[in-house]
Amino acid sequence: MIRSVLPALLLAAPAFAQTDPADWDAVTEAAEGQTVYWHAWGGSTATNDFIAWVGERVEGEYGVTLEHVKLADTADAVTRVLSEKQAGEDEDGAVDLIWINGPNFASMKAEDLLYGPFAEELPNWEHVDVDGKTVETDFTVPTEGYEAPWAMAQVVFMHDTDDLPDPLPSAEAILDWAEANPGRFTYPQPPDFLGTTFLKQTLIELTDDNKTLMQPADEADFDAVVQPLWDYLDALTPNLWRGGRAYPQSGPDQLRLMADDEIDLAISFSPGEASTAIADLRLPDSVRTFVLEDGTLGNASFVAIPYNSGSKEGAMVVANFLMSPEAQVKAQDPDVLGYGTVLDVEDLPQEWREAFDALDLGVATLSPEELGEVQPEPHPSWMTRIADTWAERYGAGQ
Amino acid sequence: MPLWLRLLPALTLLAMLGPVAAGLAGTLLPALGVYPAAGRTGGSVQPLRALLDWPGLAAAVRLSVTTGLVSTMAALGIVTLFLAGWSGTRAFRVLELLLSPLLSVPHAATAFGLAFLIAPSGWIVRLLSPWATGWERPPDVIVTQDPWGLSMAAGLTVKEMPFLLLMALAALGQSDWRRRMRVATALGYGRVAGWLKAVFPAVYAQIRLPVYVVLAYSMSVVDVALILGPSTPPTLSVQIVRWMGDPDLAMRLTAAAAAMLQLALVAGALALWRLGEVAVARIGLRWIARGGRGAGADPVLRPLALGAAGLSAASVLLGLFTLAIWSVAGFWGFPDALPEGLSGRSWMRFARDGGGAIAQTAIIAAVATGVALALVIGCLEAEHRRRRPLSQKGLWLIYLPLLVPQTAFLPGLQTLLLTAGLSSGIGPVILAHIVFVLPYVFLSLGDPWRAWEPRYATVAAALGTTPTGTLWRVRLPMLLRPVLIAAAVGASVSVGQYLPTLIVGGGRVETLTTEAVALASGGDRRAIGTWGLAQTAAVILPFALALILPALIFRNRRGLHG
Repeated sequence: MIRSVLPALLLAAPAFAQTDPADWDAVTEAAEGQTVYWHAWGGSTATNDFIAWVGERVEGEYGVTLEHVKLADTADAVTRVLSEKQAGEDEDGAVDLIWINGPNFASMKAEDLLYGPFAEELPNWEHVDVDGKTVETDFTVPTEGYEAPWAMAQVVFMHDTDDLPDPLPSAEAILDWAEANPGRFTYPQPPDFLGTTFLKQTLIELTDDNKTLMQPADEADFDAVVQPLWDYLDALTPNLWRGGRAYPQSGPDQLRLMADDEIDLAISFSPGEASTAIADLRLPDSVRTFVLEDGTLGNASFVAIPYNSGSKEGAMVVANFLMSPEAQVKAQDPDVLGYGTVLDVEDLPQEWREAFDALDLGVATLSPEELGEVQPEPHPSWMTRIADTWAERYGAGQ
Repeated sequence: MPLWLRLLPALTLLAMLGPVAAGLAGTLLPALGVYPAAGRTGGSVQPLRALLDWPGLAAAVRLSVTTGLVSTMAALGIVTLFLAGWSGTRAFRVLELLLSPLLSVPHAATAFGLAFLIAPSGWIVRLLSPWATGWERPPDVIVTQDPWGLSMAAGLTVKEMPFLLLMALAALGQSDWRRRMRVATALGYGRVAGWLKAVFPAVYAQIRLPVYVVLAYSMSVVDVALILGPSTPPTLSVQIVRWMGDPDLAMRLTAAAAAMLQLALVAGALALWRLGEVAVARIGLRWIARGGRGAGADPVLRPLALGAAGLSAASVLLGLFTLAIWSVAGFWGFPDALPEGLSGRSWMRFARDGGGAIAQTAIIAAVATGVALALVIGCLEAEHRRRRPLSQKGLWLIYLPLLVPQTAFLPGLQTLLLTAGLSSGIGPVILAHIVFVLPYVFLSLGDPWRAWEPRYATVAAALGTTPTGTLWRVRLPMLLRPVLIAAAVGASVSVGQYLPTLIVGGGRVETLTTEAVALASGGDRRAIGTWGLAQTAAVILPFALALILPALIFRNRRGLHG
């Protein structure tokens, strides 16, 4: 008797663990006491501080323990889930929540490594600005509820006004300035996402055919579309910092160069980053930001839950909390993160609208109006192929 | 001899070599195109082809080989010249005192410190600017990340030199060098030439394996290469870690193929080094036979040796000092010699976030060292009772885990541990640390253990004590100091492990070292300074205990004061 019941119980166990995301009370009940390992890039003290605060809040309100696993690279978490799938660890993997977007998401979704759909069932989804912000596609790939948005990002350029007082309106203007001031500009080395973002931003500036970039790169004449970018870089590279023989390895590494007065111009994917860094003594207070006249790239940061997380309910509680007005106001505060909100602020209850309005965005942060037009991300295949070709021409193959 | 004692040597070998062998197998399969998780089961040469198609391959291979060979030769050269020119002098003792603690400074912290020291916007230039150099902005010249890997080789040299020096000092003690030098001096040889001709061959024969370890390590190091090495392209090991982390899962197969290439490169470089040894021995014999006294070389070589050793010690110490300044710095722009103000923010963050990492680091180091110590003492005791000292072959086995590049077997080991169900918690990390801790504990404890006067055992036996009683009540108490030093060495090795903790722990296990390197990717020097110093302190504490405890315990035992 016992022998015949046991396998049935074991088979039933996973079904018990999967609470329906739509039944929020059941989710919070199951979440209590769970530990959520959030794998998120750990290279920024500001982000680490914010995640520590999220941990305190979800512990207090829902009894969910949040552990921040600080990654040097988001792909480490993808590797981990993949290894677990290979080893048959389908029940309680090491990763419960990943800060993710773009190619990592496309890759995990394609390999069936994600749990969901869950995001659009979360209670705080109701205030998310679905119409105004790109929260339902991630680099043109539909999210379909497999990841929950929590921050908006847009490309801005940081400039040290002591050496470069006025904004540069276009990619051509950046090139002209770099030729007149050799060695004072660089960008993180692709495939770092910020470096690749600079390449995409420049390509969008140089090409007239932005629609082609929304299709997979294989369906277009890749070489012809991208050629203007290589012509541009051939002219720019000799005038880069170190003549393009070395590159900073990440965005913050680039901030360090600016603080050391090695460069005067740097790209950022967070409009509030400069203000946050000035407040944290990591940038001189002479730094300001600008956007290009034709607009700049924007996208959302998401969190996703691996298919084999043993604490899916706890992870959903964290994902939901991240979309709450409270967390969103906190994240937009330049003294904390300076990230853009995913919410439709006009749609919020009055107290939260006022909280958003009361935020002092910081000396170096542009207002939402000044940020201007947001350009959508190209299909992820462009990013990969551009980074590969860049490596051949200017990176490993130089 | 009790059965458990007889089984211990085999168990020790299993703990050390089992994970390496299994991990290599786990890497070899994907290199041949077998990777079920990505839907590859057939096997193919595709990974190898992808590796060969990578445009940076030639440069990355060249970099791995040159940085490894250059830094090993430089470290060995400085150690040799310094010993030849200065051993037995007061200057030697001072530098030896300075260098010994440097052995324990973690690689990553050394590299950070050095990077800030020598960069064009670094501390040295800041101290001289603008009053001496005229530079209001840092010059745009490539120093760190240089395409030739010179700054990386320099970082490895200053870090590996203390290790080789301590190894050479231990060997020197057994080489009868004072009498050899007395004869050489009596025959009119100069100090350096006499030492090289009469003492060096005996010393080198004993430090050959440590030199091989330095070569293998320098060729495959990741953290130092990330901080000081070039990136267009990086060294092969860094590229392996990059490929391991690529969102495109097919790149894992390329990484595995590259890991196999890395293994072959290290094997090839070791073979090349061995050939070099033979050549140097031939030439050296002829040089010795010619009988030149070389007395004129001393005034040139001795200051050179002292300068090189002093510079390398000073760069590590100054680097650590700048980390300390950064950890409390407010805004610190170029060309200010000191920060604009002080800020306790970084240490406050550390006080809030650091507790977990400190506890994990301490637990892992304590358990791994404890297990390693028990196994090593068991092995040495078995060796003692069998009266069969360790053969040269046995010594090779102990060094083997240190000669296989970490990037070649750790990814495979991770998959294996997962398959065995050891997927979470710090248990697997401790097992992986034991692989690296064991050899160092063995090497550190072996000589003092064998040097123990066996007549104490005879006396104890005559008084009716069993061999095991002698071990517990006579030998271990008398050898407390070397046992504690071996434990400190083991703990420092454990604290410094980056890749094993990251890969085997699946990122769930946070130690001071993994946190420090993760922060390094963010380039926030205040955080790097704080965590780098904490990491260094975690390594120095066990050494301090190893020195203080015996002095306390044996305060009324004059014969046991080392």
